[in-house]
Amino acid sequence: METLHYRFEQGTRPLGGMPQLVGVVGSGNLEVLIEAAPLQGACEIDIRTAAVGFGATWQAVMADFHARWRLADARISINDMGATPAVVSLRLDQAVESLTGGTP
Amino acid sequence: MSSYLELTARQRIPAIFDAGSFEEFLPPSERVASPHLAQLDAPVSFDDGVVVGRGRLGGHVVFGAAQEGGFMGGAVGEVHGAKLVGMLRRAIDEKAHAVLLLLESGGVRLHEANAGLIAVSEVMRAMLDARAAGIPVVAVVGGSNGCFGGMGISARCANVVIMSEEGRLAMSGPEVIETANGVEEFDSRDRALVWRTTGGKHRYLMGDCQMLVADDTAAFRAAALEAIGSIGNASLTLEDLLAEQAMLSRRLADTEGLAEPMDVWRKLGVPDPASVPMLDADAFLELAAPYRAGGQR
Repeated sequence: METLHYRFEQGTRPLGGMPQLVGVVGSGNLEVLIEAAPLQGACEIDIRTAAVGFGATWQAVMADFHARWRLADARISINDMGATPAVVSLRLDQAVESLTGGTP
Repeated sequence: MSSYLELTARQRIPAIFDAGSFEEFLPPSERVASPHLAQLDAPVSFDDGVVVGRGRLGGHVVFGAAQEGGFMGGAVGEVHGAKLVGMLRRAIDEKAHAVLLLLESGGVRLHEANAGLIAVSEVMRAMLDARAAGIPVVAVVGGSNGCFGGMGISARCANVVIMSEEGRLAMSGPEVIETANGVEEFDSRDRALVWRTTGGKHRYLMGDCQMLVADDTAAFRAAALEAIGSIGNASLTLEDLLAEQAMLSRRLADTEGLAEPMDVWRKLGVPDPASVPMLDADAFLELAAPYRAGGQR
């Protein structure tokens, strides 16, 4: 297992509502827990993944995600079992949409 | 028709319980995950693969759980089992109208060894405690992972088991039997054989499940409402046990030496057993009702 942590400052879109969980920790899949949290306008992402050594790919996928949504005061926690970057991006969008109902 | 089989545990809860009524205990945001899996450096899930809580069904307060087959095949670890047990005990404390268990599990999570085994035995005890307190317990088996091992036994501790044809219920799963006894004994890759021996239709004919429905969330919900309404005395009595024992003895004698489920169905009196796997739920029930081995409710 590998643990990764990302923090993106100065988001513009604060989250509301109850925490939401989307996805399942199954082969090639992941679960994404999204919650509002007081983080001085930042979005923090914690990842625990079974696929070791893909930090650069995660970094790129997370940077794309933040560029799409610019979340503020949001905590995202991920348990991953080897999902591909496309699946990770779709799950992240699904997680945000489950809270906001909106599109980027 | 809206498939139950294809839903996740979290999608099944709102599809079965009254809309917006379910309040989850220990939700994922509490992050009560398995300490054993973390020690083994294996992936964990924030809900340890099970949703438990209290909702309403047909307006009545019904406690419930849904196991997530996609996470480790729904296998029961220490936390997963403790969540089920805690929910069942709270159902007793709060005098719930009923408990509805949406089961999908390969049984004990072997990574957690004795802790998982103890957890499953505690689930069975808690189910029987709920029944002893007069609270009907209904199990639903309709997920793609089926219900096997310790959870297969647990399912049969319920007052009523509701299955779809696609659901499977047994003790040892197909791969386990093949590994232990060889492919000549059981070919786990023969999907038709697997469903003939463990699927909902066979379980209904053998008396191991009391209700069979199509793979449809509305059908499962309606069956759960009907099952809960039909249970008079939820507790397990000596008469129930004796009747079940008599049924099992009769069934064993009637089917002795038969290895192929279609031969078993023929022995039960089912006309044209070869047609059974192709029938939809309604047509099957019409055909099968007079011949099923019966069973305890």
